[in-house]
Amino acid sequence: MLKPTVFDQITDKAPGYYVVVGLLAVAIAIGLVSAYTMETSGHHITGMSNRIVWGMPHVFAVFLIVAASGALNAASISSVFGRTFYKPLARISGVTSIALLIGGLSVLVLDLGRPDRLIVAMTTYNFKSIFAWNIFLYTGFMVIVVVYLWMMMERRMARFTKAAGMTAFLWRLALTTGTGSIFGFLVARQAYDAAIMAPLFIAMSLSLGMAVFTLVLFSIFWWSGKPIGSTISQRLGRLLGILIAAVLYFVIAQHLTNLYATEHHGIERFILIDGGVYTHLFWWGQILIGSLIPMYLLFKMAKCPCMVMGAAGLVIVGGFAQIYVIIIGGQAYPLLMFPGMEVTSSFFDGGIAAYAPSLPEVLLGLGGGAIALLGIALAVKTLPVLPHSLANADIDPDYTPPPEPEPEPEKEEAAGEDDEAPEAAASS
Amino acid sequence: MVLAGVLLITPGSAGAKEMSPTSPTSPWGPKPTKAFKGDKCVEPVDVMRRDHMNYLLHQRDETVQQGIRGKKYSLRQCIECHAVPDKQAGGERTVEPFCGECHKFAAVTIDCFQCHTNKPEKVKSTEALPSGPLPPGHPTMNKKTSNSTNTGSWKKKTLFAALDPALQQGSTCNVQVR
Amino acid sequence: MSKCAKHCPEIAPNDAQNAIDPGRRRLLAGAGALTTLMLAPGVSLMMSGAVEARPAGVAASAKIRWGILIDVSKCPDGCDLCVTACKDENGWQETGRAETNVQWIRKVTLKDKNTGAIKTLPFMCQHCAEPPCVDVCPTGASFKRADGIVLVDKHTCIGCRYCMMACPYAARSFVHEQVTNQKPHAPRGKGTVESCTMCVHRVDKGQIPACVEACTKAGNRTMIFGDLNDPNSEIAKAAGQHLTTRIRADLGLDPGILYSGL
Ligand code: HEC
Ligand code: HEC
Ligand code: HEC
Repeated sequence: MLKPTVFDQITDKAPGYYVVVGLLAVAIAIGLVSAYTMETSGHHITGMSNRIVWGMPHVFAVFLIVAASGALNAASISSVFGRTFYKPLARISGVTSIALLIGGLSVLVLDLGRPDRLIVAMTTYNFKSIFAWNIFLYTGFMVIVVVYLWMMMERRMARFTKAAGMTAFLWRLALTTGTGSIFGFLVARQAYDAAIMAPLFIAMSLSLGMAVFTLVLFSIFWWSGKPIGSTISQRLGRLLGILIAAVLYFVIAQHLTNLYATEHHGIERFILIDGGVYTHLFWWGQILIGSLIPMYLLFKMAKCPCMVMGAAGLVIVGGFAQIYVIIIGGQAYPLLMFPGMEVTSSFFDGGIAAYAPSLPEVLLGLGGGAIALLGIALAVKTLPVLPHSLANADIDPDYTPPPEPEPEPEKEEAAGEDDEAPEAAASS
Repeated sequence: MVLAGVLLITPGSAGAKEMSPTSPTSPWGPKPTKAFKGDKCVEPVDVMRRDHMNYLLHQRDETVQQGIRGKKYSLRQCIECHAVPDKQAGGERTVEPFCGECHKFAAVTIDCFQCHTNKPEKVKSTEALPSGPLPPGHPTMNKKTSNSTNTGSWKKKTLFAALDPALQQGSTCNVQVR
Repeated sequence: MSKCAKHCPEIAPNDAQNAIDPGRRRLLAGAGALTTLMLAPGVSLMMSGAVEARPAGVAASAKIRWGILIDVSKCPDGCDLCVTACKDENGWQETGRAETNVQWIRKVTLKDKNTGAIKTLPFMCQHCAEPPCVDVCPTGASFKRADGIVLVDKHTCIGCRYCMMACPYAARSFVHEQVTNQKPHAPRGKGTVESCTMCVHRVDKGQIPACVEACTKAGNRTMIFGDLNDPNSEIAKAAGQHLTTRIRADLGLDPGILYSGL
């Protein structure tokens, strides 16, 4: 029988905690300055144009939002599917999820043409718009996950954890479906008009969220010198590998169905064969770096947490490539207005649209990422969300100590500075 | 709205006897530049002070969304009457001095003139700007018209009024010469 | 005059033609003959595509469906009168950065890939009956007016550009930079999306869109503006005579801009 999981904050052993927080704050400030510049001088200083209307900020925002939903994987698996193995990870999983969502939404909002009218967006709705639904899905998700975290951390509320977890789980499915549908409902564009966008986005959220979560978790443990064993590394690694495979499956299905319909041959050719940067990003970025290499690492050598971290990093790179190809590649390909005709105009109809990300957009996007990381950093410092140990002996019920056991400090009732410090969660 | 009113009077009437923006002669807070054209606003002045934003926003939605035009609270009409020579625009007529006066005081910012031109419609040569006296109290005009205390009378004399049939003959409409 | 008495309390003191209209009405009461003369310039505008001015204070009617029929065979190569007229009327202009230029209307050149035949045509917001831009707009700023004109309410537009993603015609532009010297009747500003308004401010006054007027005045008569719902209108009659094309008819959006001879 396992001992109850002990939760605590990041220890004082984490070197340079305030330096990291400071750096993140600087990154956020730079992002805000970029957004301000974009707003005051107008969007012409970005790479975006009237042809590529959504650019780098949207790549970052969609990445962060999609990953936010997936970061909740560990919590969902533990509460909804009753896997006690994931229980120690549930809290940090919820925290990561909220932080990523806030980061993503900040980028989305700061890129608006009129961010000053945010109040309009929050008060006037067109309920036929997926975007309007998403505003509810996103804010609702945050509230639900906060409640869920509270249920998990408050012993009196523990019996509601399962219900809260279930709500959060269903909600996140809706959320990612909504995000995918932002693109799936765009009948106008060859690249998007497909129902498969929604399940593809769900798969992407599972894998990207898992990758970000794993990377964050392992980094924090490594940074603060907490013990982490091969069991957790292998489990999370294997799961991540399977999720990558699921994304690959949907990507293959997406392109095969498109290849079947002659009207989509143009866009398929563009993405897969002669789309220049988009083709490269697809094959090298998304498929090789983002899928095949990490799968190899995860299935072959997941024992070492460092390999899993490396693989997760590659998945994140591949995810960016994939979202870039979907969002920007999809817009770069010309609209098909006059089939069979060669079209020219002062608006460059009929041509591939050019796009080069500009510095302010990228800095704004990175600022969003920094917001997410800062949120996580603050949470792990102030709230008992981290399992005390992820060493094999502490998390694996079937664990039999190897000949040379890793020494594990046992601090069941270690005194913290504040009341909510190390707290044992009820485990059943 | 009430709050805004309070906000507006409090600093203006510091120490003085109770003054409300509804009293037409009250030297409340800011003193907006006089209208350039017309004798009367589209509503009594005290009503306008209080409610102009509601009128504007309501009519805005009606005009843009339902295409209802020609009603009296048109932003363009405010500009026609309330645009006064603006030093910041090199003496050209704009509404900024008028609208800005109170808003600065009440710390309200409006974004209307990012899109809407703040200048009146370009006048044709026959409708040139009046060569006659400008509103008394206007900063740029104070010297010339310092002896003119009769507010409103200057308009009747202007070339503008002479050329503007609406001002000359209006009797059923809002714009009229008393 | 009864018209005046009825509407004046509601009517703005000096709308539209700047202080002339209300005056005119009153003059009408006094001197009839003279007035006819004075009205002449206004009348000439009405000749091409007789459209009735909507009285003040009345909302656009759902009985009407404004539309434009474009006879491509009459559109001269290299002519861009409609584009220039639109720029003049609505005050948009080149910014020097081609890809971020605002374009409410553009000339599109088509070349048949098989036969090599070349044709040009004016292209703008197609004023769909089922506009995708309206469906996707989160705040409802994108909307279709009762009389079929698709507009952006720039007061509630937050500049998210989702409508531009959804438009199959790339008809909408985002204002990428500060705008100055706007036309009084066509407010425009940075950070919002805009597109052809079918010159809604003119149509409401009983005039026809600037592009159609310019085209007609030049004698090309490529474009006919009118009420598609009125079987006696010039546009409905002309559209009834030949097969017309709707761009991307496959999407079933039922555009209000019809093309013939395509
Ligand atoms: C016919 C010309 C005319 C039109 C149109 C007009 N006004 Fe006025 N307005 C006046 C006059 C005259 C006054 C009286 C005070 C003055 O002489 O400046 C006035 C006064 C005001 C005041 C009170 C100023 C003060 O001294 O406290 C406000 C506020 C105001 N107008 C706003 C508006 C707004 C908003 C609109 C557009 C909906 C508008 N006006 C349209 C002529 C006009
Ligand atoms: C008599 C002083 C005064 C004048 C003159 C004036 N305003 Fe205002 N205005 C105010 C005050 C006070 C408020 C704030 C009301 C509130 O916050 O409820 C306001 C608010 C507004 C608002 C709503 C702003 C918001 O965000 O809620 C608009 C729009 C507006 N004014 C337009 C105008 C225009 C246009 C003019 C010039 C034609 C003008 N105002 C002239 C006093 C004035
Ligand atoms: C982003 C650009 C933009 C901004 C900012 C803006 N408007 Fe407008 N406004 C428009 C456009 C476009 C129209 C439609 C003109 C038409 O159809 O004739 C319009 C029309 C109107 C009308 C109806 C036409 C008229 O002149 O009466 C009113 C009233 C109006 N706006 C008021 C306002 C007020 C008050 C504000 C500030 C609170 C404001 N607008 C800010 C773009 C803007």
